Amino acid sequence: MSELTTDREIDRSKMQVSDEVAIEISGMNKWYGSFHVLRDINLTVNQGERIVIAGPSGSGKSTLIRCLNALEEHQQGKIVVDGIELTSDLKNIDKIRSEVGMCFQHFNLFPHLSILENCTLAPIWVRKTPRKEAEETAMHFLEKVKIPEQADKYPGQLSGGQQQRVAIARSLCMRPRIMLFDEPTSALDPEMIKEVLDTMIELAEEGMTMLCVTHEMGFARQVANRVIFMDAGQIVEQNEPEEFFNNPKSERTKLFLSQILGH
Amino acid sequence: MSDIGFVRKDMLPEQAPPASEVGIIGWVRENLFSGIGNSVMTILSLAAIFYTLAALLPWVFSPTWNAGSLNECREILHAQGKEGHFAGACWGVIRERWIQLMFGFYPSDLYWRPIVTFGLMFVAVIPILFNMISRRMNWFLLAVVILLATFAFGGIIAWVLRILSAAGAAYLAYTLFATDKADRAEQIAQGAKRLPNPLIFSALFPFIFPWLLWGGSLWVPIGAILGFVIGYYVYAALAKTVGGLAGLIAGPLAAIIWWLFLVGTFAGVMESIIPLSIEAVESRKFGGFMLSITIGVVAIVGSLPLGIVLALGRQSDLLIVKALCVGFIEFIRGVPLITLLFVASTLLNVFMPPGTNFDIILRVLIMVTLFAAAYMAEVVRGGLAALPTGQYEGADSLGLNYWQAQRLVIMPQALKISIPGIVSTFIGVFKDTTLVSIIGLLDPLGLTNAIRADANWNGVVWELYGFIAVLFFVFCFSMSRYSMYLERKLQTGHK
Ligand SMILES: Nc1ncnc2c1ncn2[C@@H]1O[C@H](COP(=O)(O)OP(=O)(O)OP(=O)(O)O)[C@@H](O)[C@H]1O
Ligand SMILES: [Mg+2]
Repeated sequence: MSELTTDREIDRSKMQVSDEVAIEISGMNKWYGSFHVLRDINLTVNQGERIVIAGPSGSGKSTLIRCLNALEEHQQGKIVVDGIELTSDLKNIDKIRSEVGMCFQHFNLFPHLSILENCTLAPIWVRKTPRKEAEETAMHFLEKVKIPEQADKYPGQLSGGQQQRVAIARSLCMRPRIMLFDEPTSALDPEMIKEVLDTMIELAEEGMTMLCVTHEMGFARQVANRVIFMDAGQIVEQNEPEEFFNNPKSERTKLFLSQILGH
Repeated sequence: MSDIGFVRKDMLPEQAPPASEVGIIGWVRENLFSGIGNSVMTILSLAAIFYTLAALLPWVFSPTWNAGSLNECREILHAQGKEGHFAGACWGVIRERWIQLMFGFYPSDLYWRPIVTFGLMFVAVIPILFNMISRRMNWFLLAVVILLATFAFGGIIAWVLRILSAAGAAYLAYTLFATDKADRAEQIAQGAKRLPNPLIFSALFPFIFPWLLWGGSLWVPIGAILGFVIGYYVYAALAKTVGGLAGLIAGPLAAIIWWLFLVGTFAGVMESIIPLSIEAVESRKFGGFMLSITIGVVAIVGSLPLGIVLALGRQSDLLIVKALCVGFIEFIRGVPLITLLFVASTLLNVFMPPGTNFDIILRVLIMVTLFAAAYMAEVVRGGLAALPTGQYEGADSLGLNYWQAQRLVIMPQALKISIPGIVSTFIGVFKDTTLVSIIGLLDPLGLTNAIRADANWNGVVWELYGFIAVLFFVFCFSMSRYSMYLERKLQTGHK
């Protein structure tokens, strides 16, 4: 448990958890055909929380996080995101999606659009922001992820780490209140992992509500305020990072941690 | 063991490559004679090319341009001492009949109309096909074409159009000279008013096109455009008051009712108030390349959007929509085009109420377009299938709705992947237009029969078919080159 994600001092002053509820999941179940992927999930996330979701492969982490912006449909239970209940009403779904940013393992940038166009597409078409303003916002966030000079290039011309940072900037351009990350660094080389994690840490420092599926335990330790461990479609354990790593309660968690941390 | 160590003392200067690697000799050696097998192939191929050309060129270059009949050709060749079946080409037939091969039996005093139509078509497709040409340039071209067209007819309208288009062309030419692209961009950045988008003309062209070719009252195309306007307003009014779905149903319905039952009356009434008509030309006078291009262009332009809709329908979650699209595509693809054309030419009349006059070319246009659309749908579906699901998820996660995601993210990529297939389909459709000769339309191939039935030209084969083949080749080859240009232009990022 030595490798820390970043050597710089993390500013925790703004990482405040408020009382306001950002996401509320109660009694949620999901099946793929007859396969019960998510079982009785109950989870409340407050505004400003940084949650890391860990668990073995196939435990349903991606599925859970994708349910939160309706990329997957849940069959039972209730999900309320930012005060809006997720139903099959398309208007609600589009509204939630525009409030919740998401970053994928494989970035999913649009290869036919330049970096700048990638970032302005949704603000212009979904938020109806004037082009000029959208471009200014996009440049602001590209500067934040430290690649403003790539604005006119195409995704295919960037490194993986740069692409993932563009993907983060693209989501931020919609000014989301919640960010979801699904293994944002697992397709990247070690150096690139660091650039992306640094960007995510900065986001956390600004008080963004984040749900992050990741195997970067260093990140979990330094940034998260809560770690959730999932196995076989259920939440097995959740705790503050210190407790979670130093004093896991469940046998499964212990096994998982011993495997992933290699002790 | 000490002689393994090595340290270079002085660096080697760069040297020119040996002569065998560069220049013509190097290239020839590398590409044509790089081994015994390769050398033999090169020599055999050169020999084959040589014999083909030696046989073909004397036949092509035969001084028979002015001959008035096949017999005259033979005499000219005989005088040169050339005899036999392949003594030389008889080009007189092309000189005498090329106009007919172009226009069929279109009235000769109205040839300007198809010419202007295709000139305007050129202007209309430029902003769609190429984005490097400026708005000013595009409007300038349009003004020039209209100006030229006004010399084909007389009357007060010609004069009004002539003065307007001349003034417009002069003004645009002046601004084109006075400010170059960079200056103009500067002006626009500082808030100078831009010219209207030339795509406006491209959108109007489909209405101008049939009117110029078939003639009749200008109120008919105006009425057709009004149909869209009416449909839109009905949709907008209902979408606001009753709901989106009601608007989506009632809007198109209103437009269709207008087109089917009311346009005629509207055009008739308006025509009696303000007469605006040009001489009508019947469909059976259409022919030659004019007909091929008309059918080809309509089928090409119509089949792409229809094909996209069918491909999307085929992927739809709505079961009935999906079944209809699959059924349509599989049925059309399972039937030869010629069958559909026979249906268009004969059977369709059986189902029509007696007395309806459903134009034969219109029927053919519909059939060929539907046929092309089915193939297009499959090509587009291939492009859609090649896109990773991540693209859909990326678009969804940003909050784009279905149509926005399709239009902005999915289709641009799917169509780009499908360009080679799409253009192949276009080329196929364009060549398939020759099949209409079988149902009696006088496309270039249909006309060859008429020409060869003429006693003067009885026996001419190669010259006619060769001429037609060359023209088709020019069109198809241009399309093929254009698709390569487009692929290169849309290439983003390295492989
Ligand atoms: N579209 C699908 N249809 C059927 N089963 C699926 C589908 N997607 C995922 N699954 C199954 O659901 C389970 C959970 O998948 P999920 O992708 O959520 O796992 P994960 O925890 O994200 O794993 P990993 O760490 O490998 O990404 C897996 O067993 C998987 O096989
Ligand atoms: Mg996963």
